[in-house]
Amino acid sequence: MGKTLFDKVWDSHVIEKINDGPDVLFIDKHFIHEVTSPVAFVGLKNRNLKVIYPERTFATADHNTPTINQHLPIKDKLSAMQVKTLEKNCNEHGIDFWGLGHKMNGIVHVIGPENGITQPGLTIVCGDSHTSTHGAFGAIAFGIGTSEVEMVLACQTIMQQKPLKMRINIDGELNSHVTPKDVALYIISKLSSSGATGYFVEYSGKVFKNMSMEGRMTVCNLSIEMGARGGMIAPDEKTYEYLRGREFAPKSEKWNKAVNYWSELKTDPGAIFDKEYEFKGEEIEPMITYGTNPGMAIPLSKSIPSSKESDSNSSYKKALDYMEFNEGDKMVGKKIDYVFLGSCTNGRIEDFRTFASIIKGKKKSKNIDAWLVPGSHKVLKSIIDEGILDILTDSGFKLREPGCSACLAMNDDKIPQGKYAVSTTNRNFEGRQGPGARTLLASPLVAAATAITGKITDPREII
Amino acid sequence: MAYEKFNILNSTAVPLDIDNVDTDQIIPARFLKATERKGFGDNLFRDWRYNSDNTEIYSFPLNNNDYKGKILIAGKNFGCGSSREHAVWAIYDYGFRAVVSSFFADIFKNNCLNIGVLPIQISDSFLSQIFSQIDDDFDSVFEVNLQNQEFKIQNSGLKENFKISNYKKSNMSNGFDDIDYLLNKKDEISSFANKKRY
Ligand code: SF4
Repeated sequence: MGKTLFDKVWDSHVIEKINDGPDVLFIDKHFIHEVTSPVAFVGLKNRNLKVIYPERTFATADHNTPTINQHLPIKDKLSAMQVKTLEKNCNEHGIDFWGLGHKMNGIVHVIGPENGITQPGLTIVCGDSHTSTHGAFGAIAFGIGTSEVEMVLACQTIMQQKPLKMRINIDGELNSHVTPKDVALYIISKLSSSGATGYFVEYSGKVFKNMSMEGRMTVCNLSIEMGARGGMIAPDEKTYEYLRGREFAPKSEKWNKAVNYWSELKTDPGAIFDKEYEFKGEEIEPMITYGTNPGMAIPLSKSIPSSKESDSNSSYKKALDYMEFNEGDKMVGKKIDYVFLGSCTNGRIEDFRTFASIIKGKKKSKNIDAWLVPGSHKVLKSIIDEGILDILTDSGFKLREPGCSACLAMNDDKIPQGKYAVSTTNRNFEGRQGPGARTLLASPLVAAATAITGKITDPREII
Repeated sequence: MAYEKFNILNSTAVPLDIDNVDTDQIIPARFLKATERKGFGDNLFRDWRYNSDNTEIYSFPLNNNDYKGKILIAGKNFGCGSSREHAVWAIYDYGFRAVVSSFFADIFKNNCLNIGVLPIQISDSFLSQIFSQIDDDFDSVFEVNLQNQEFKIQNSGLKENFKISNYKKSNMSNGFDDIDYLLNKKDEISSFANKKRY
């Protein structure tokens, strides 16, 4: 019987299958950051253990760091302490640390791929649920808790039940102004925020074939928002082209060997999935969320559905109350206070290009506070080198320094109580972007159109 | 030995009848700045428990003195969202040892098992029976029996089985964690680390 891409990568990393228990899985690459690692290092210390393979772990500071004046000491005492603790732990254990100001610094899921650490066929983990991003390269990548971070530091392995397998196939063509973010929000709205719990997803079909690596990362990134452990896409020429020449990618002779190996990483004909979904590219429109989980998303042109169409009435009403929206409301035209472009979902160079394509030659609305936060220093540099910064500046936008920023609002970048933000991030949970903040998830195109008019705007209307 | 051993638990329970509770609600991000695992219970469900001026929101179950105990009964799809283990630390630190729901998010469930909070997944219908039992009498006692994998409503005797792998069950009842197991696998691990695919 044929094997799926997921089986091939997973099975080749199993050290032991415990009877009526989890698999012991070898981990190739491990990313850590300041928030979910400190307690893991305390655990090591208590057990008197060293990091077993420090060269397989990479550290960045991103979650709670400021996005202005990064050259100055971090003002928030607790944040400063977390970053310092990470630096100290890395020094003590011989781990590469890319702290603030380092040219490789940035959001953990942006720097892994852009430096070529993320490669097809690897197992990759990080104490952050959006680790699923790296699956865009045909790697098995998923988020873990701090106890598991400790396990990986100590033993380079974790213990996990092998997930079930799901395939989501989308053939056909995407309409204009429909981005990978819309594709992901569309899928989540169809499956719900728990529809893929227990599964690992493979995305296949023409729509994903045609997508850029950045777009594939956006889609895989959002896999967790429907409950999936992770998502992956089989590597192809685009994957190799993206990786070629990057700092940590294999070089010369090794490169050819690697490409040979990678080219076998695809699902065999006849391989069996536990669940399969099929959608058509043409069905997808620009999307936006209206509630408090990413599954509560609709096409921009539609109105908020009635609670009768949802499976849990009380939670549905609670969500609309929080947003102060009503069943039947039209989304387009609603007044917005903030626009946030950034995060590991949509903070890569392609997202800034997309955003700039809409705002070029126009002015930012006076009603809008816009926070534009590149995913990494490399993204920041490209924004400048490609002349995108000039376009942003001419339109009245400012650029911040890299980090997670208002994606989880651990630093000062908090959307104020009661305000509405159109955000290119991944979670519209209550208070996610600041206590009482109201988040509407959308693509960089919708965010740009909204930033120009001050209200939710269909990018197809902007000429 | 990483945590308290778990065998039989008899306790009243706190009901939280809300679906899709994400870990940002269980513990908001701004409380994740600690470098040690201490004091997270105070901020469990922070923004549902307290107003922005830090006064208590009386309607929230954790602020209702009628409800107490070591078991949290939660709505469907509990613990979705962020992988932060801090969410389970907060639940543990607050005093809960078991969480009951009809559906858990994956990472949350793993995190629970790794630190000694027992996630008990039961059917939707049994879950609503439990909620109405507490509605009728907030002093109702429930029994968790890990060995038999049973969750029981004491006074009616109604019970349902829940799943847990043998491996995790033995970890929980002995208070062991995975690292205790993995440290014995050093040789196998190093042979994997030396394998070159390209
Ligand atoms: S940008 Fe948001 S989702 Fe991504 S790693 Fe940072 S906090 Fe997590």
